[in-house]
Amino acid sequence: MSSTSARRRSATDAAPVFAALGDATRLALVGRLCTAGPLSIVRLCQGTPVTRQAVTKHLHVLANAGLVRHARRGRERIWELEPDRLAEARRFLDLVSGQWDEAIGRLRGFVERPAPPRRLGRRPAAS
Amino acid sequence: MTTDRIERKVLLRAPRARVWRALADAQEFGAWFLVKFEGPFVPGATLHGRITRPGYEHVIMEITIETMDPERLFSYRWRPYAIDPKVDYSREPKTLVEFRLEEAGGGTLLTISESGFDAIPAERRAEAYRMNDGGWAQQAESIRSHVEHQRP
Repeated sequence: MSSTSARRRSATDAAPVFAALGDATRLALVGRLCTAGPLSIVRLCQGTPVTRQAVTKHLHVLANAGLVRHARRGRERIWELEPDRLAEARRFLDLVSGQWDEAIGRLRGFVERPAPPRRLGRRPAAS
Repeated sequence: MTTDRIERKVLLRAPRARVWRALADAQEFGAWFLVKFEGPFVPGATLHGRITRPGYEHVIMEITIETMDPERLFSYRWRPYAIDPKVDYSREPKTLVEFRLEEAGGGTLLTISESGFDAIPAERRAEAYRMNDGGWAQQAESIRSHVEHQRP
């Protein structure tokens, strides 16, 4: 189902991904987004000899390959890595697992605590 | 690494009959799962329950009871994390939740599994993660104090 199509997609998309990464400037941009997290175009241009226009062009190449995406935050355009589908699936499971862990904790408290004395007189009171 | 299934094993210091009742009785289930169901659990029945967890009272969960094999297996299907009232989840696939009970030294070994996650759209999984971020962190403290308060 969706995971199969995702796998198929990732296989057919592998070539453009490697093509996009096969450039020193673009590889450096991906590296910076990896270590620094989402960055504005201004921050991405800092410390590089490349013009802002060229950086933007490179970012769009990366975006077309599905490696990065941009979002508007206030007046700025923020660029970030496109999260990996598998990583997202994994995080979702962690989320559901965390909920179960909490529910199990409550279930434990519920079944392990002494039963309330529903029938008085039948059972000796807990000491 | 599987992304389709999660499993938890827990040894509960309580007899199997006690654990079974906490699972198979809709009211008892609701007491620890924090949900209030409209009726009893019956195999094949689809029930709606209102979440009683603070901050989630607007959420209605829907479960379809699958198997009720006394003191052995209780299972149902539902849509995990379908908590946004603005979203229509009715066409999404469900996961299967199973509670298996086994006799264990001094108590009951409970195995909880949930499977079928791979059928859920990746977008929805990502969205659930984004919605959760922060929300559960806030809840964690209140739940912890609640659980620890309840423990004998």
